[in-house]
Amino acid sequence: MVSGDHSMRKYDEELEAIRSRVLHMGGLVESQVRTALAAFDKGDLDLAQQAIDADRRVNDLEIELDQMVIHVIARRQPTAGDLRMIIGTAKAIMDIERIGDEATKIARAVKWLHEKGAGTRMHRVPDVQHSGEIAVSMLRRTLDAFARMDTAAAAAIIKDDQGVDDRFRAILRQLITFMMEDPRTISTSLDIVWAAKAIERIGDHAKNIAEFIIFISQGVDMRHMTPDEVERALARG
Amino acid sequence: MEKPSQTTSLANERIKMDVQNLNFYYGKFQALKGITLRIPEKKVTAFIGPSGCGKSTLLRVFNRMFELYPDQRAEGEVKVDGENILTSKEDVALVRAKIGMIFQKPTPFPMSIYDNIAFGVRLFESLSRSAMDDRVEWALKKAALWNEVKDKLTQTGTSLSGGQQQRLCIARGIAVKPEIILFDEPCSALDPISTAKIEELIDELKHDYTVAIVTHNMQQAARVSDYTAYMYLGEMIEFGDTDQIFVKPARKETEDYITGRFG
Repeated sequence: MVSGDHSMRKYDEELEAIRSRVLHMGGLVESQVRTALAAFDKGDLDLAQQAIDADRRVNDLEIELDQMVIHVIARRQPTAGDLRMIIGTAKAIMDIERIGDEATKIARAVKWLHEKGAGTRMHRVPDVQHSGEIAVSMLRRTLDAFARMDTAAAAAIIKDDQGVDDRFRAILRQLITFMMEDPRTISTSLDIVWAAKAIERIGDHAKNIAEFIIFISQGVDMRHMTPDEVERALARG
Repeated sequence: MEKPSQTTSLANERIKMDVQNLNFYYGKFQALKGITLRIPEKKVTAFIGPSGCGKSTLLRVFNRMFELYPDQRAEGEVKVDGENILTSKEDVALVRAKIGMIFQKPTPFPMSIYDNIAFGVRLFESLSRSAMDDRVEWALKKAALWNEVKDKLTQTGTSLSGGQQQRLCIARGIAVKPEIILFDEPCSALDPISTAKIEELIDELKHDYTVAIVTHNMQQAARVSDYTAYMYLGEMIEFGDTDQIFVKPARKETEDYITGRFG
């Protein structure tokens, strides 16, 4: 990324305002995800409701940030590193907002499971909890990497997403076994699948944001590359 | 001196102008330092950089405009289609017919619109009355001015608006059928609508001509050019595809300038 200040100080202030707002939004979403996972873990309806309620604030921030981005484009015609920062950020905002949606889905699954009286049986699938921990750690590291525009950290996150994807498939296999053994678990198992799928999607969104970090700082588009291709592209600079 | 970054191969381009190690002096002051660059044919190449970076000087060397002044001299090569115009025995008027120039301020001659265009043509060709009429109409159409002036060709060129005057100058430049057209800040004295018309025209002109444009307006360079050269203190810092320069320039100096972090 570009160092140093613009001749026009207000431009710097606008870019910095966007950056800090994105980090604020990221912080809110991270805590929303943690709350949703804790709710899932404990079968806690209050926490689930908190996670669902938090989504409104995240949605508002998305709209506010979009407005800020539009204004900078209209007034400053950003170029080079500034342009990549604005475009990459605009796309990262979408992923952050989607992570909020996924947290809401996990919280909803908690409610459905509760309605079915399945609250305590959930820990029969310990991988969901573990998978959630990995996704939350990815998200936290992604936001850190965004704050520092850390390419190396972003590349590591892209690699980690494979782990979350693998875990989701493992969870699916376990649940299929349950369902075959006892068809009465099908309904609750499906709710757990929704939650696990939401966690897996959080990993995907974190990976997307990591890709935008690399685009912003290096100008290289990493999307749809295999982890090996990512490494090679980064080595080329 | 660090070598300039060239982020384009120009592999698929025919090179119209090949500049090798060009130095230029205003008396003792060296305004251009070892400029090496290739300008592709039938493309628009923009020169950007802060005031005093040498971009206008470079353009003036391209058609030997500097020869008007005794203490100015150029060293090196500026080859057009392989021939070095700096050492060429060719008459300077012929060089300028081949390499036309449009200036910052419109400079119509104090004569009719028709004669503004016919004047230059008469220097090089003796056309019949009807052939000259055709040439004037052709040039005015090429410069997107015909519809606005066709009923007042006998009026003086200075009676036109600034934007129309500039297009008249472009028509005058085109009328002698040049191969290269140099634009030195062609829009800096024009309003946004006239500017848009000139930019549209530049886009049209590149189908037939090689175009080089010096501009202070970076967004204009981004809008009209295929290639962009960034100059600073008489040196070529970076030359590349315009898309590349404005999204991911190779050199930090370029990035600082185009993002407004200069100075």
